[in-house]
Amino acid sequence: MSFLDMDERLLDLSSQFDLVYSPLVDFKTYPESVDVALVEGAISSVEDEHKIHHIRKHTNLLVAMGDCAVTGNVPSMRNPFGPEAVLQRAYHENATAQPQTPCQIVPALLQKVRPIHEFVDVDLYLPGCPPSAATFFTVVSELLAGRVPDVASLTRFGA
Amino acid sequence: MSAANDIKTLVIDGVNVSARADQTVLDVARENKIFIPTLCHLDGLTDVGACRLCLVEVKGSPKLFPACVLKVEEGMEITTTSERLLHYRQTILELLFAERNHVCAVCVANGHCELQSIAQSQGLTHIRLPYRSPDLPVDASNERFVADHNRCILCTRCVRVCAEIEGAHVWDVMGRGIDSMVITDLMDPWGKSTCTRCGKCVQVCPTGALFDKSKLGSDHPKYPEFLPYLNMMREG
Repeated sequence: MSFLDMDERLLDLSSQFDLVYSPLVDFKTYPESVDVALVEGAISSVEDEHKIHHIRKHTNLLVAMGDCAVTGNVPSMRNPFGPEAVLQRAYHENATAQPQTPCQIVPALLQKVRPIHEFVDVDLYLPGCPPSAATFFTVVSELLAGRVPDVASLTRFGA
Repeated sequence: MSAANDIKTLVIDGVNVSARADQTVLDVARENKIFIPTLCHLDGLTDVGACRLCLVEVKGSPKLFPACVLKVEEGMEITTTSERLLHYRQTILELLFAERNHVCAVCVANGHCELQSIAQSQGLTHIRLPYRSPDLPVDASNERFVADHNRCILCTRCVRVCAEIEGAHVWDVMGRGIDSMVITDLMDPWGKSTCTRCGKCVQVCPTGALFDKSKLGSDHPKYPEFLPYLNMMREG
């Protein structure tokens, strides 16, 4: 949402690149060769882990976008308790009918939620919860110009 | 000759400065507007050299020295900024972030946290070390304040302000190494301790480890500037 807060600046930016994959567009498969991927969210399930390895393999420059991707942030708050305790709380203790842990279709949770860079190499880190629209604009503009932005001067953990 | 009249001259980052013999390198640097990052240091409290962020290079020695407890000497040549120092400072901050659960986005001190702002000033955008994610207690037994050990960096400012300024010495450190914790009395709940409820520890805490219950979910700036003033008035 903070990314969309760039408002009309998005129009200028969008003429400078092709959006080839996103949860919000129609493409179902990740392309073979992507220049820049902005990845948000921590790695918390086996599906996330599979996806991030696939993205890394087919991406030139991988950006960890936002505190969840960079630090684990709120999703990682389950780490001291473990996934079993979380599932027990959500699907048994708080269930009013048919308490059962989902075991089909939804991916299994990893023992610990971890930032992206603990699984694959990350080229640029963009902390912030969320990074501001101004931060996004500066970073994307710099990347489009072929420069590496000085992220620490723009944002911080929890910003 | 008293220390106050005994003047030393030294060089900090290529600048010639003069100092009283009883001053530390950190004191003199700050007087001369030279920035050295610190976390455990606080004007008005005894320095303990615990956080090691203020490490500086002294010409002629391969060792690094914490500026907050390094007394000036005649002819010293100090370097406060270098690749080597930045490497150590970043690593120290990364160790602090990885050690406990510093979830900035949901911390009461977000935007007013010294750990957070120093991390930014030292160019930290991620933590290279794996997070330990320990299971730590939150003590909300005090009627006014909360101790959240997830956010504690063991700077011991609370211990020192309670012992040196309030004179109660309710806070202290228990355990060793990674198991160290700040405790009240002999690990009694804060609310059942001999705490005088003065709140000085909350004001000097650099992170969200100690906070005022009434500030939960809102802006929680802290005001440690009262300390030098209080000391000055007492010495008056």
